[in-house]
Amino acid sequence: MESRTICFEPDDRYNAFLRTCPTAPHGEGQLAGVAIAVKDNISTRGIETTCASRILKGYVPPYDAHAVSLIRDAGAAIAGKTNMDEFGMGTSTENSAFGPTLNPCDPSRVPGGSSGGSAAAVAAGMVPMALGTDTGGSIRCPAAFCGIVGLKPTYGRVSRYGLIAYANSLETIGPMAQNVADVSLLMSVIAGPDRKDTTSYDRPYNHTPDSDINGVKIGIPKEYFGKGVDPAIAESVNRAIGRLEELGAVSVPCSIPSMEYALAAYYVICTSEASSNLARFDGVRYGPAADTKKSWHAAYQDVRKEGFGPEVRRRIMLGTFALSAGYYGKYYAKAQVARENVRKDFTRLFADVDVICGPTMPTIAFKLKEKSDPLSMYLSDILTVPVNLAGIPAISVPCGKVQGMPVGLQIMGRPFEDERVVDVAYAYEQAVKV
Amino acid sequence: MVTEKDVEHIGELADIGIDTCELATFTGQFNAIVEYFDILDRVKGEGTVNRDLFNILREDTVEPSLSLEEATRNAGATEDGYIKAPRVM
Repeated sequence: MESRTICFEPDDRYNAFLRTCPTAPHGEGQLAGVAIAVKDNISTRGIETTCASRILKGYVPPYDAHAVSLIRDAGAAIAGKTNMDEFGMGTSTENSAFGPTLNPCDPSRVPGGSSGGSAAAVAAGMVPMALGTDTGGSIRCPAAFCGIVGLKPTYGRVSRYGLIAYANSLETIGPMAQNVADVSLLMSVIAGPDRKDTTSYDRPYNHTPDSDINGVKIGIPKEYFGKGVDPAIAESVNRAIGRLEELGAVSVPCSIPSMEYALAAYYVICTSEASSNLARFDGVRYGPAADTKKSWHAAYQDVRKEGFGPEVRRRIMLGTFALSAGYYGKYYAKAQVARENVRKDFTRLFADVDVICGPTMPTIAFKLKEKSDPLSMYLSDILTVPVNLAGIPAISVPCGKVQGMPVGLQIMGRPFEDERVVDVAYAYEQAVKV
Repeated sequence: MVTEKDVEHIGELADIGIDTCELATFTGQFNAIVEYFDILDRVKGEGTVNRDLFNILREDTVEPSLSLEEATRNAGATEDGYIKAPRVM
């Protein structure tokens, strides 16, 4: 029962929110009265939900996403909907139809994406926690760039019901917060089975972070410290791993050879799924109205040209191309083989190590408009996409600064061992706490 | 090599609506990205479908759902409780 309200009128100088709820109702429970920001691709009953796209302007969902129902039941107040790359397609939150979000650590830089609004809202102290979504790094990247904590849960552990689909074999809802304990708390509320999502597992998360990591074996893949990774970032992450060793963890070098193909495989699969998932936006059931006097294709094309931004149109076309007759075998079928190889590499490594560590992102947050070429933006995702291809859990926790900007330590774990990646992150966070 | 004609055709298939003035930019970007995708030609191994869960179905029984009013509230145009769409024929 939502019986009381909080007043939420933040100074949103970073354009983190697309809309706020100045009088947000809340109930009793584990999260009683806690203001939680929700990414704008997660359905909220009665609150406009646009995926930062013009094509959904004015859409008010008639139901809550399962994760939103759970946080409401736990007493949380929905503080507002956060900015993002349109439909989750981007690494900087610059692809929003409603203007970019700025990084609170340096407003001349991007906050990362696609959950950049959620990360900025937490980093700026507007809310203690937020929900994000992660398809190829969209929770971990902005967490790293803004200096907060973000968990990409094991695929299936958090229901996707009510998450407006972009690439449904890869994406998941997950928690973002200023510290590991809050990420863990929010995860405990949103995880669990849901019969409305047939890919959800009956694996609730009832865990209190434990900083004892004595004997934990950490794999350090050489690919996470090689070409394309800023040496200053690599040094910062290596120092963090050294700190984990001081706490009793043991590190061993390892290799993920399939990484060479992971990024291409990821972009073929996510654009293919997008081309199918986004076919539903036709101006008929929601969004700006199609001209019903025109023929179907003419009306459909008008609405989509006007409603989708350039990156969304590009990805829909790339996916249509990758799935088209004559190219399916060359791109989509090969991408699925590459995906399986990534999963096999992780399975092989996790027979020997408990977690795998590396940087979350190869660089610090880039400047606004720095990456205008789509391919160079895609290449930024190289260290985060393998996790989504394999469906495993991974967390990003701040580990120092380079040029005054935060760096993220990424900790990846076995499927359904979200608790362990949380514990390793917690141990590190507690050890460096001043 | 993807040509402007290819991009125009893909745009038709995807119902994305491309203006002639956009073709050159999209084609250039497409070629750079597709050239990168070509690395997949070197992938070795067999494609297998990893199925831990499959055919998760519920009984086909009526359950509570949205009211007609809720289901049509976001539609661009409605008539007599139906959603209006552009003509197909």
